[in-house]
Amino acid sequence: MSHDELPVAARVRRLEERVIAAGLTTGDELDALLDELLDGASPVNGARMVARAWTDPDYREALLADANTAAGSLGFATNGYRLCAVENTPTLHNVVVCTLCSCYPVTLLGPSPGWYRSFAYRSRVVREPRAVLAEFGLRLPDEVEIVVWDASAETRYLVVPRRPEGELPEEELAARVTRKGLIGTSAV
Amino acid sequence: MGGQTGFGPVPTGDDGAPFQADWEARVYALSRALRRAGVFNLDELRDAIERIPPKVYLSASYYERWLIAIETILAEKGRA
Repeated sequence: MSHDELPVAARVRRLEERVIAAGLTTGDELDALLDELLDGASPVNGARMVARAWTDPDYREALLADANTAAGSLGFATNGYRLCAVENTPTLHNVVVCTLCSCYPVTLLGPSPGWYRSFAYRSRVVREPRAVLAEFGLRLPDEVEIVVWDASAETRYLVVPRRPEGELPEEELAARVTRKGLIGTSAV
Repeated sequence: MGGQTGFGPVPTGDDGAPFQADWEARVYALSRALRRAGVFNLDELRDAIERIPPKVYLSASYYERWLIAIETILAEKGRA
C-alpha cells in the first residue's frame, strides 16, 4: 500500500512519528499545543473586549485605534499579525471571511467553525453577502451597507457588533456576544 | 475561491466541535509545532495548500489539505 492510500488517521500517525524521530517536536509538545488551543482560545475573550468597548469609551477608542494593544491590555495574546477591530453602526455592517483559507484571531474567537472554512462561505460571502447573511438568519435592511473584510495571515479582524438596548452590566453584555457576532454573521 | 459559484448553501449548522476526529487535532498540533521549530511559516503552509491540484483540493477535507501541505513541505525541504 502506497503512502497516499493509507487511511488518513494512519497517515497522520506515521507523519507524527517521522516528525518526532527527526527531533522537530515531541509528543508532549503536541499535546500542550492542543491544550493551549482548546483551553485558552475562546470567543469568551473576544466577547470581553466587545463588552468593555460598549461600556468604556476610552477602551472603545483604543480598540478601534490599535486592537492588538487593546487585546493585550485584557491579557489576550495576538502574536504575529495585525488585528483590526471593525465596528457595526446603524448604517454599516461588517462581516469577515478568509477566502484563501481560514485565517482569523483564534485566541479571541476559539477554533474556527466548520462553516467559516466551508467552500460555500468562502466563495459566496464576497459575491453576495446579503444573501449569505440571510442564510444565517440575519436579514439586514437594504439601506444598511455591508462591508466584507478578507482576512489574511498578516491582518485579521474582530467585528464589534451593535450594543443591545438596555442598561446591562458589562458581564451580562459579554455573555450576549457570540462567535458569529464577532465574525459578523449574526447580530447581538 | 473568493467569488466562485456553485458551492451551494453555507453549512451554517456546522458550528460546533473544532475537530471531527482525533487525527484532525494531531494535524493542527503538528502544523503549530513545525512552525515553532522553524520548518515553515504560515505563508509557506498556505502556499503549499494553494498548490494542491484543484481536483484534489476540492475533494479533500479541510485538515486533509493541511496534511497534504505539511507532507509536501517536509518532502521539498527534506526535513523528515
